Amino acid sequence: MSAQLKPGQGPLDYARRPWIIALFALVLLFLYAPIASLIVFSFNVDKSGVWHGFTFMNYVKAWNNEQIFYALSNSITIALISTVFSTILGGMTALTLWRFRFPFKTAYEGFVALPIVVPEICMGIALSMFFNYSGLMAAVRDWVWPFNLINIIFAHIAFSFPFVAVVVRSRLVGFNRQLEEASKDLGATEFQTFINVLIPFMMPALVAGGLLAFTLSLDDFVITLFSSGPGSVTFPVKIYGMVKRGVDMQINAASTVLILVTLSATLIAMKLQAPAKSGH
Amino acid sequence: MSEPIISIRNVSKRFAGGVTAVDNVSIDIAQNEFFALLGPSGCGKTTLLRMISGLETPTEGQIIIGGQDMAFTPPNLRPTNMVFQSYAVFPHMTVEQNVGYGLKVTGVPAAEIKTRVAEALEMVKLAHLAARKPDQMSGGQRQRVALARALVKRPKVLLLDEPLSALDAKLRDDMRMELTRLQQTVGITFIIVTHDQDEALSMASRIAVMDKGAVAQIATPSELYEHPRNKFVADFIGKVNLLDASVLSQKGKTVTCETKAAGKFAIETDKTCGSTATIAIRPEKLKLSASEPKGAGLVKTKATVRDVAYYGDTSHVVADAGGSDLEINVQNDSRTGGSGVERGQKLWVSFNPEDALVLTE
Amino acid sequence: MDDWKDFKRVFLTLATPGSLWMLLFFAIPMAFLFVLSFSSKAVIDGEISTTAYDYMNTFQNYVESAGHNYLVLLWRAIWTSAIATALCLALAYPLAMAVCFAAPRWRPLLLLLLILPFWINLLIRTYAMYSIFRTTGVVNQAFGLVGLGPYEMLNNTYAVIMGLVYVYLPFMVLPLYSTIEKLDRSFLEASLDLGATQAKTFWLVTWPLTLPGVITGIILVYIPCLGTFLTSDILGGPNNWNIGNAIQNQFLESNNWPLGAALSFILMYVTFIALMVRAFLAKRSTGVDA
Repeated sequence: MSAQLKPGQGPLDYARRPWIIALFALVLLFLYAPIASLIVFSFNVDKSGVWHGFTFMNYVKAWNNEQIFYALSNSITIALISTVFSTILGGMTALTLWRFRFPFKTAYEGFVALPIVVPEICMGIALSMFFNYSGLMAAVRDWVWPFNLINIIFAHIAFSFPFVAVVVRSRLVGFNRQLEEASKDLGATEFQTFINVLIPFMMPALVAGGLLAFTLSLDDFVITLFSSGPGSVTFPVKIYGMVKRGVDMQINAASTVLILVTLSATLIAMKLQAPAKSGH
Repeated sequence: MSEPIISIRNVSKRFAGGVTAVDNVSIDIAQNEFFALLGPSGCGKTTLLRMISGLETPTEGQIIIGGQDMAFTPPNLRPTNMVFQSYAVFPHMTVEQNVGYGLKVTGVPAAEIKTRVAEALEMVKLAHLAARKPDQMSGGQRQRVALARALVKRPKVLLLDEPLSALDAKLRDDMRMELTRLQQTVGITFIIVTHDQDEALSMASRIAVMDKGAVAQIATPSELYEHPRNKFVADFIGKVNLLDASVLSQKGKTVTCETKAAGKFAIETDKTCGSTATIAIRPEKLKLSASEPKGAGLVKTKATVRDVAYYGDTSHVVADAGGSDLEINVQNDSRTGGSGVERGQKLWVSFNPEDALVLTE
Repeated sequence: MDDWKDFKRVFLTLATPGSLWMLLFFAIPMAFLFVLSFSSKAVIDGEISTTAYDYMNTFQNYVESAGHNYLVLLWRAIWTSAIATALCLALAYPLAMAVCFAAPRWRPLLLLLLILPFWINLLIRTYAMYSIFRTTGVVNQAFGLVGLGPYEMLNNTYAVIMGLVYVYLPFMVLPLYSTIEKLDRSFLEASLDLGATQAKTFWLVTWPLTLPGVITGIILVYIPCLGTFLTSDILGGPNNWNIGNAIQNQFLESNNWPLGAALSFILMYVTFIALMVRAFLAKRSTGVDA
């Protein structure tokens, strides 16, 4: 490497190397071109790969397609409910692991992390059999919406809360326990200290963990496929069924809406989280 | 001065966003010098050092090392080596591997590496730790590894970036002596960057004081202390009383001026003064006495002691003279009661105008 | 850290809900799956039942799983995942470097651009991939404009690998970014200063010091690739099934649940082997991690 450096450029300015810039651009193209094309063609008049004219028809059709609408509202309901419970369970598990010494702790930690590493499809079929044999699947079938989604919600909480626990625990590691002692020294009870000191400290991680749980739930296809009955189809499961029958611009339209919803939710959550992060 | 080993010519470095870190600096450094770049943080001294090593490139100017312009030569092709502020001792290698690294990557035969590494470790007194990993060593030991690793390459110039800043006070003093000794034994040009004036004064043969990216003065330590060129240098090197003076008249080299603190007096200078000037006088050159001091040409004033701080060998006295504070260092040369100066006392402060300096910038 | 005995009530309040949930919706289902993998369909009145099983009476499911048909699928999962992981690493490493060494004010934006697709539904991304590369998709239409094609770009192993890279690249970027970002630049500077070329600096300093991030990235990508189901199903088609598709098939089509359960456990064992390799490598490089 005998090449001379350029004026004002250091030897570690890798971000300004032409080949890295070119690679970056290519990867962004690879990542975004399919999604951009999906969005663009959601406005196409037919389902070919050629532009034949602009229309909103696909959106109108998707909106009026009861099954898509139903699947989408199922997905969002499931995601919201499972996020709340996953965040609570994950936060409690993180607190347990952070605060206490107890027998077989290492084994317990490994056990709680299992849903993160076990292949989705294995967990999916295990849950599906459990729901079938425990009779839960049959029982909830006739329950009123949204209770007929309850086994999917149970499943989603089971694979989401360990992720929340990991995120929250890694934040708790940075907690200065003298803050707790200071609070108690100033006369607060254990519970008041928990509410006023520990919970605010955990907040950014709870938001981040909750966001992760929300995305995981909305995103999940494999586990839901096995635990959903005919009346409790979610958006990914519905889309999968439609994809199996071929390309349909209603899929593009509905997907575009979902992309916009998740991305704006993500960006808002990131914005909300940013000042809280720098506050500590 | 003999042929310079490093010649920095009109070097400037501007960062994106318009910050000028180094502003048209020219310095010649001779073979075998122990040269210090001294200045407050953000004055551009580290940037200048990194440009010499090749870790940054100048926006304009030349950096001539051993007769060759190397301003844009990558660091691995320069005859300079650096001791980093954080030492940057590779954590995944033993001491021996660290020191041998620079030789290995440039294709020096294994047998030669072995002897040279052994020599270098001997020189920094670390031979017994050759097999250790850096995380089992103290800060001082890691610094020696960094030194040995750079010196084993036999560079024309050794660059040291704040080498003592991460050590505790006692170790710092030892290391200062050690560095001076090493420089004399290996006979390599050392360039050290520091913000600590004591470090620069005690080790360097010459010092460049930098301020806001530019060189304020290049001189030997005693010259800097006794003949600072401007207020910045006078204030940065050691403690100093700076008295604002209005110039009443100038006849040849003699200036008659008036200060609030010490009244009217005449003083010699080479400079041509305008209507105002600053009189600089070091605290140890001010004398305190209970009765009016006698002596031809002494400048004297009455002052009220505001504060006394005891430092063992000396006491630092702050006294109010004519509405401005003067700092005076008093030698505690008897065991009975230190300086004997007490708060609220009214005393005479005096100095010889030959010990003061007229500054115009 | 407190001993649980000193705060029994607090401990039990915090620990019970999560433990109960794990027991009910993870441990018991998994145990049942395990039992099922050693079971066979019950024969009642000379007919094979569709719902009843004779439990823990056979190894036949594992014998069948180890047969040629399924070993091919497992092997395909292992090597396609390996190639996809390697490609992710080869792409993500320079990109993560570029983000870490860019001007600080650009860093968050560049990182966000690389990981944003992670927040988009997996199925939607796979479908987007499918629709542009199908024979009548936009890529083939573009080829058509210059008189080429149409080419069959889907329904082969390359398509599956490309899909896996597409879907899991953000998983590789994140751990690499956080490791490289923490790496003290002066190590690289010292190496260059001591005479090493950029290439030698990379292999002797940068790479070994970022190895923990590399290992984490490999695991984060390799494990979901192994059990992949959607990507191979949509982009690969029936001829490019992985083990995951075979498992799904036993449950939703062939209705041979015990065999599916045995296949699931084989997939889990492979996953655990991968995790153990990681733990072993991580232990060996702990000195580096510090």
